[in-house]
Amino acid sequence: MYKILHREDLTPQIHLFRIEAPAVAKKAQAGQFIILMVDEKGERFPLTIGGWDREEGSVTIVFMEVGKTTRKLATLQAGDSIHAFIGPLGIPTHTDNVGTVVCVAGGFATAIVVPVAQALKDAGNKIISVMGFRSKDMMFWEDKLQDVSDELIICTDDGSCGRKALVTEPLKEVLETHKDVKLVIAIGPTIMMKFASATTKPFGVKTLVSLNPIMVDGTGMCGCCRVEVGGETAFTCVDGPDFDGHQVDWDVLMARQKSYCDEEKTSLDLWEEYCRSQMGGKA
Amino acid sequence: MADEKREKPKINLNRVKMPKQEPLVRAHNFDEVATGYTKEMAMEEAGRCIQCKKRNCVAGCPVNVNIPEFVLALRDGNMWDAVDQLKANNALPGICGRVCPQESQCELVCTLGKKGAPIAIGRLERFVADWESDQTNKPKPVIAPSTGKKVAVVGSGPAGLTVAADLAKMGHQITLFEALHVAGGVLVYGIPEFRLPKAIVQGEVDYVKTLGVDVRLDAVIGKIDTVDELLADSYDAMFLGTGAGLPMFLGLPGENLNGIYSANEYLTRTNLMKAYLFPEYDTPIKKSKKIVVIGGGNVAMDSARCAMRLGAEEVYIVYRRSREELPARAEEVENAEEEGIIFKLLTNPKRFIGDENGWVTQMECLEMELGEPDDSGRRRPIVKEGSEFIIDVDTVVVALGTTPNPLIPSTTPGLDTTKKGTVVAEEETGKTVKDKVWAGGDLVTGAATVISAMGAGKRAAVAIDAYLKG
Ligand SMILES: Cc1cc2nc3c(=O)[nH]c(=O)nc-3n(C[C@H](O)[C@H](O)[C@H](O)COP(=O)(O)OP(=O)(O)OC[C@H]3O[C@@H](n4cnc5c(N)ncnc54)[C@H](O)[C@@H]3O)c2cc1C
Ligand SMILES: Cc1cc2nc3c(=O)[nH]c(=O)nc-3n(C[C@H](O)[C@H](O)[C@H](O)COP(=O)(O)OP(=O)(O)OC[C@H]3O[C@@H](n4cnc5c(N)ncnc54)[C@H](O)[C@@H]3O)c2cc1C
Ligand code: SF4
Ligand code: SF4
Ligand code: FES
Repeated sequence: MYKILHREDLTPQIHLFRIEAPAVAKKAQAGQFIILMVDEKGERFPLTIGGWDREEGSVTIVFMEVGKTTRKLATLQAGDSIHAFIGPLGIPTHTDNVGTVVCVAGGFATAIVVPVAQALKDAGNKIISVMGFRSKDMMFWEDKLQDVSDELIICTDDGSCGRKALVTEPLKEVLETHKDVKLVIAIGPTIMMKFASATTKPFGVKTLVSLNPIMVDGTGMCGCCRVEVGGETAFTCVDGPDFDGHQVDWDVLMARQKSYCDEEKTSLDLWEEYCRSQMGGKA
Repeated sequence: MADEKREKPKINLNRVKMPKQEPLVRAHNFDEVATGYTKEMAMEEAGRCIQCKKRNCVAGCPVNVNIPEFVLALRDGNMWDAVDQLKANNALPGICGRVCPQESQCELVCTLGKKGAPIAIGRLERFVADWESDQTNKPKPVIAPSTGKKVAVVGSGPAGLTVAADLAKMGHQITLFEALHVAGGVLVYGIPEFRLPKAIVQGEVDYVKTLGVDVRLDAVIGKIDTVDELLADSYDAMFLGTGAGLPMFLGLPGENLNGIYSANEYLTRTNLMKAYLFPEYDTPIKKSKKIVVIGGGNVAMDSARCAMRLGAEEVYIVYRRSREELPARAEEVENAEEEGIIFKLLTNPKRFIGDENGWVTQMECLEMELGEPDDSGRRRPIVKEGSEFIIDVDTVVVALGTTPNPLIPSTTPGLDTTKKGTVVAEEETGKTVKDKVWAGGDLVTGAATVISAMGAGKRAAVAIDAYLKG
């Protein structure tokens, strides 16, 4: 069992947990992920490592409530424990000094981009960050991203903060005006990563994305996480999660992510029914 | 004397039948197929053994179980004797009795097999093991005084469990690291409940814990500490038993369509994650109507029989050679046939066809014929030109085999590996070319059997013990 040391609600739907896991904390690096099980009957699912404290022996995760599993996780409080916490998995993001790097963060992934940007900055890179949210009240950590960036551009879909735009718009402008950009890192919803990659392609700037297919073991044992990159099959959990966004077959990824839509809905409906019954019981 | 009485025994060539669930019933539940002998049945079957001087059966068993001795004790109702004789060479009899390919090992060479049915050694082994696990007054295992030496065992499959148990009994302090959230290796994530109830595997893991072994789950060695770090830290020796868990795919067009699984994924979802109890358990698995499993080994049989139990209407096995060459245990092929699984033999897939949403809908196949024997001694399947045909499917399971996961070899400098990704180790001791490191099981042999992994574990334990005391 792994104890939740600290909980913070970044927005009503996005939560940060600091979890006691010394063996993982000892080795964690930016861009890696863990596999988590909420309880014995839970599924194994991946979350990116958002930070670590080697002294305390803790690892930080930030997650968004999507379906049953993430909602169940969100019911836990500091002091509660989770059943399994396995990692650090995947290959860390390469954080060499390349010059100028653009970091693009979409929604909850801002929390994942911060340690990556930090590592890139520590390596001596100049960082330009672009973060996008649906609206101001869903936004968080603009200050943290600011701290690790030389320049920060904020956009919201509805214009409630920063520019009213999708991240691809300022991304394109940055590439037009900064000819010295050597690398773009885009992390967020699949659709955002797909369009960010399409935006950078004409500029020929290397673009890394962090793929998020469905996983089970996370150690290369099942092949559930396979994606097509450059015409070859790769296992995201061991060959990634970072891949060249210009080489990814986004249609295969997006189709595979929908493998269990019906089952996910069944799970969520039952969970909501259960939550309602619990509330009824208390009233 | 007992021996005189049996001087001219009347040889009974018919083995006592194993009670089983009816095929049409069991094809829809995950309960154990074979329900096990009663004590009367076991004693009757044991009574058929003619106690050969030549001990063919013992030579046929990879770990040389004292078969005549345990069978005789069982015949005479001396159950604790039977347990001791059996467990002297086999730490996991409840498991081996259920899953060993007996027909190609101990039972193949049983003297009675020449004229009739060989002694049902596996079933008797299972009976004795199950009897023991029901006893409440089990004698405490004897553990040698502590040697103060520490050994790390990586992987909790049959190889790792055996090494850990044997070394713990020899007085060494053992830590067993397992990457998954449950110990047992293929015994828990691969072999289904209806062939090997998970409670039996858990019983063995619990036993290993009672020997003082510290079992650390969720511990992916190479990602957390590496082998070298563990050695530098505090361990005097290490055993690697990480198995052959990397699935092979066909590399055919359309293989990444939705609805196409590796057998490892299909079985892991079903067995380890209990998708057959979805939505009580959270992990889903596709509800199939028409499913094709590609391959002919135990893994293919298990996948097909799981599919049946998960409610598929039609389940096919597609295999490129003929029935004779099916590498699966004979008993499991029969079970699969009885349960209604359809065998499409001499057939090979060519490509997979999907719909606009990326789901597999059809599989194009080729007919095969058998040519001259190849390296494996089996007749080589050859494509019949122009024999393409289409099968409609909504799920495909690829059960072609597995190779070792490269994580340990790639993070452990100084190990010698083969082209197939297996780790090179001495057969007799399991010693690798790396100082203080032994290895065994599927990691060394490639996908093999439970009993061979266990045998490798036993030999390595002896060698490690000698090294630590040397
Ligand atoms: C490498 C990686 C890193 C990730 N990091 C983060 C993160 O830091 N923060 C975060 O909020 N989310 C992250 N995700 C996504 C997160 O795993 C899913 O949101 C979560 O599994 C959804 O589960 P659910 O039951 O709540 O939703 P569901 O209703 O079950 O599913 C919603 C969608 O999530 C995806 N999903 C479902 N089950 C799994 C699974 N077992 N593995 C992967 N995806 C699944 C599917 O595409 C599905 O359509 C990451 C995914 C990957 C692959
Ligand atoms: C579906 C199926 C059916 C089978 N049926 C039969 C049968 O009927 N009869 C038979 O005799 N054999 C059968 N086999 C084969 C048999 O199960 C294997 O030969 C045997 O389990 C090998 O044992 P092992 O200890 O070498 O490895 P495994 O059982 O594979 O165990 C290896 C363990 O190491 C863990 N591990 C891997 N990497 C790491 C790491 N880096 N750090 C920590 N832990 C790690 C894995 O998670 C796993 O738990 C079957 C196999 C399968 C897949
Ligand atoms: S361990 Fe396997 S091969 Fe050996 S006697 Fe038992 S069933 Fe036969
Ligand atoms: S070969 Fe068969 S009959 Fe002879 S001792 Fe062994 S089990 Fe008994
Ligand atoms: S999640 Fe199983 S192989 Fe990647």
